[in-house]
Amino acid sequence: MKQSTPAGATGERPAPATADAGGRYLEVDDLSVSYRTAGGEIPAVRGVSFGLEPGRKLGVAGESGCGKSTVALALLRLLPRSARTSGSVLLDGEDVLAMRWGRLRAVRWSGASIVFQGAMHALNPVQRVGGQIAEPLLVHGRADPAQARGQAAELLEQVGLPAWRARSYPHELSGGQRQRAMIAMALACRPQLIVADEPTTALDVMIQAQILRLIDELVAGLDISMLMISHDLSVLAETCDRLAVMYAGRIVEEGPAEEVFAAARHPYGAALSAAFPRVGDPASRRAPRGLPGDPPDPAELPSGCAFHPRCPEAQERCSRVDPLLWPAGADRSAACVRVLTPEQERAAGVPPADEGGGADRGHTAEPDPDGAAPAQARPHPQEWS
Amino acid sequence: MSAPADPARGSAAGGAPVLSTAGLQIAFSGRSGRAAARAVDGVDLEIGAGEIVALVGESGCGKSTLARALLGLVRPTAGAVSFHGRGLVYRPRDLKAFRRRVQLVLQDPTGALNPRHTVYDAVAEGRRIHTGSTADERDHVAEALSRAGLRPPERFFLRYPHELSGGQRQRVAIAGALILQPEVIVADEPVASLDASVRGEILQLLLRLRDDYGLAALVVTHDLGLAWNIADRAAVMYLGRVVETGTVEEVLAAPRHPYTRALLSVLPESSAGEQQILAGEPPDPTRIPAGCRFHVRCPVLASGAAQAAGVADRCRSEDPGMLGGSPGVAQVACHWAHAPEPEPAEWAGPG
Ligand SMILES: Nc1ncnc2c1ncn2[C@@H]1O[C@H](COP(=O)(O)OP(=O)(O)OP(=O)(O)O)[C@@H](O)[C@H]1O
Ligand SMILES: Nc1ncnc2c1ncn2[C@@H]1O[C@H](COP(=O)(O)OP(=O)(O)O)[C@@H](O)[C@H]1O
Ligand code: SF4
Ligand code: SF4
Ligand SMILES: [Mg+2]
Ligand SMILES: [Mg+2]
Repeated sequence: MKQSTPAGATGERPAPATADAGGRYLEVDDLSVSYRTAGGEIPAVRGVSFGLEPGRKLGVAGESGCGKSTVALALLRLLPRSARTSGSVLLDGEDVLAMRWGRLRAVRWSGASIVFQGAMHALNPVQRVGGQIAEPLLVHGRADPAQARGQAAELLEQVGLPAWRARSYPHELSGGQRQRAMIAMALACRPQLIVADEPTTALDVMIQAQILRLIDELVAGLDISMLMISHDLSVLAETCDRLAVMYAGRIVEEGPAEEVFAAARHPYGAALSAAFPRVGDPASRRAPRGLPGDPPDPAELPSGCAFHPRCPEAQERCSRVDPLLWPAGADRSAACVRVLTPEQERAAGVPPADEGGGADRGHTAEPDPDGAAPAQARPHPQEWS
Repeated sequence: MSAPADPARGSAAGGAPVLSTAGLQIAFSGRSGRAAARAVDGVDLEIGAGEIVALVGESGCGKSTLARALLGLVRPTAGAVSFHGRGLVYRPRDLKAFRRRVQLVLQDPTGALNPRHTVYDAVAEGRRIHTGSTADERDHVAEALSRAGLRPPERFFLRYPHELSGGQRQRVAIAGALILQPEVIVADEPVASLDASVRGEILQLLLRLRDDYGLAALVVTHDLGLAWNIADRAAVMYLGRVVETGTVEEVLAAPRHPYTRALLSVLPESSAGEQQILAGEPPDPTRIPAGCRFHVRCPVLASGAAQAAGVADRCRSEDPGMLGGSPGVAQVACHWAHAPEPEPAEWAGPG
């Protein structure tokens, strides 16, 4: 891969994230999305990059409003008209953001499909569940009505519902049963990429375990790539190969899923993972842990590190330095000044922890003429290790 | 802590339960000849003063139906719901008085709040309906908001739901329940739609309300971590029945029912040995199996352990029966768990 200095070579866009693009089914580079509203521009996603190989699973975690669903929708260009997107989304080498309408439609059916959060609103209340699952198969001429009925029944059983439920209306199902029907719909066309936005959030642990195992088998057996979005770090740690933690529109931590969950390097990642109690652990008995405060309003981001007003480990310089996604151990990265060694601080032009000076070199979202600042949310794990 | 005597035992020492069910059954009649859905199929459950009870179990097992019955929102097909030992009277006037003292908090705070009502109106509404009074309303609203952790309360009076975060909305919904100074709240998945970070904050609030004001709660959830975080007792429900009850430590750290064990084994990041993902058809309340209602999915029966203990035939033919609801006694509805020999297999423990 192309080498670049830690800060990014002058005048050049830094090399793409962790590995060569070759072999990746999905390659997202420097994706930014802002929504135009009456109150001004809302920067919902700010320079997110990641890639995904066939048969691999990437988990994206973060609190509500951090931009997870916006990333998911951007991948298939499903964003509302008010959204402005930049960067690139390569699906099997083709840029989704530049595709013509007809091609995009084809890709949406067979290339990639999305399991949305909130099955209640996604299902048609006046159509029987089986009909809704069979519909895409019929529309795309993949089956005749009898075959489609048979496949719908099979899909229902695959997600843990008895076949006779095909005749039920959504209101006759419990919350969990409805979510399973949704997942059956997404599986109908056997896509190559599944983007699952909170796929198991409304489900109980047993059905969640069944669905996660099902997803596991599909991803491994059919070489499907999977982007799984959840606010539940423990689910992602269990299911995914890698984990990206988002905060205020950026990836602030990235690495092997188990490692990020067990020992996050970013204070936000650490707070998120502490919020999941381990049943049986005396430390969490009658002691729920949360993270005080709310995520920032994307239209009014705090200066410096966007997490600093809530960060239990914030330092004085954190309100002035906008940290990049820096290497933070083997194959890991984190956007926090605390992961830097003194030499790395110097190389990146970050003021040292205890020094008041250097405000002029503090990083803001504005591009630095030296090219030292603007590479946001971009891991360079190999380069400094 | 000003909690009632020993929070772990709730009302065990304190005598009569605040809210209880006896032999409760709720069946929904089947459409076009299909069998009725026995959503709640014989439940004895007690909630003591100042006690937090978690009702856990998988989707469709009847938790919400039971919760609705406790609030008088559905009438029992058989059995009864009692408040301070007196059976509910299903007349509008009596129900209204009852619902003042037992309040509901729903899963989705956004759906529960009217988008065109200010926080002030949303919180005051219940009191206006129930007392018809607006005397000292400002003080009451302020008090409820600050109890729910929205301080200073005046800052929130004129806000609309869309101007609040999810956690703040859930706090407003809780404040709306608190303004009537209920003795019990029934919270159906109170944090399921919230972020983990906010979830911890709301659970801390429920704990504090119990500790500071002695507010009892039935928390309906499929989240065993939530039960571990805040509840005193847990009742595990399967297909309309409570199959295991006891203190949270007993039920979640030393589970005896094969279903409870399976639930714990599939928690993400669980260390409770091998995952026991239950296969087979999910429970269908229109077709409750004979014998032990769990037998068609039971890993203990399938593995031969029940046979080894000499109870396999009973598993298939004899209903282990209903559990009594009284706190202070761990109970399990399982032939194998009660079999004297051999000792139930070593439990690796969830933590
Ligand atoms: N009005 C109704 N008519 C017919 N069946 C119903 C009705 N309400 C609930 N049921 C059935 O009763 C059973 C219990 O439903 P309930 O909503 O109590 O489950 P739950 O335990 O709360 O599930 P979840 O965790 O998904 O919310 C389910 O099988 C459901 O399909
Ligand atoms: N259609 C829209 N118009 C304006 N703002 C939006 C729209 N959709 C999302 N946003 C805002 O963008 C940010 C990211 O939202 P979203 O991607 O839905 O987050 P998540 O899925 O992580 O909860 C939030 O601040 C949200 O309010
Ligand atoms: S940069 Fe500072 S404020 Fe931001 S996460 Fe690191 S320590 Fe906290
Ligand atoms: S009674 Fe038998 S079938 Fe039922 S849970 Fe116990 S061992 Fe399993
Ligand atoms: Mg979302
Ligand atoms: Mg429910």
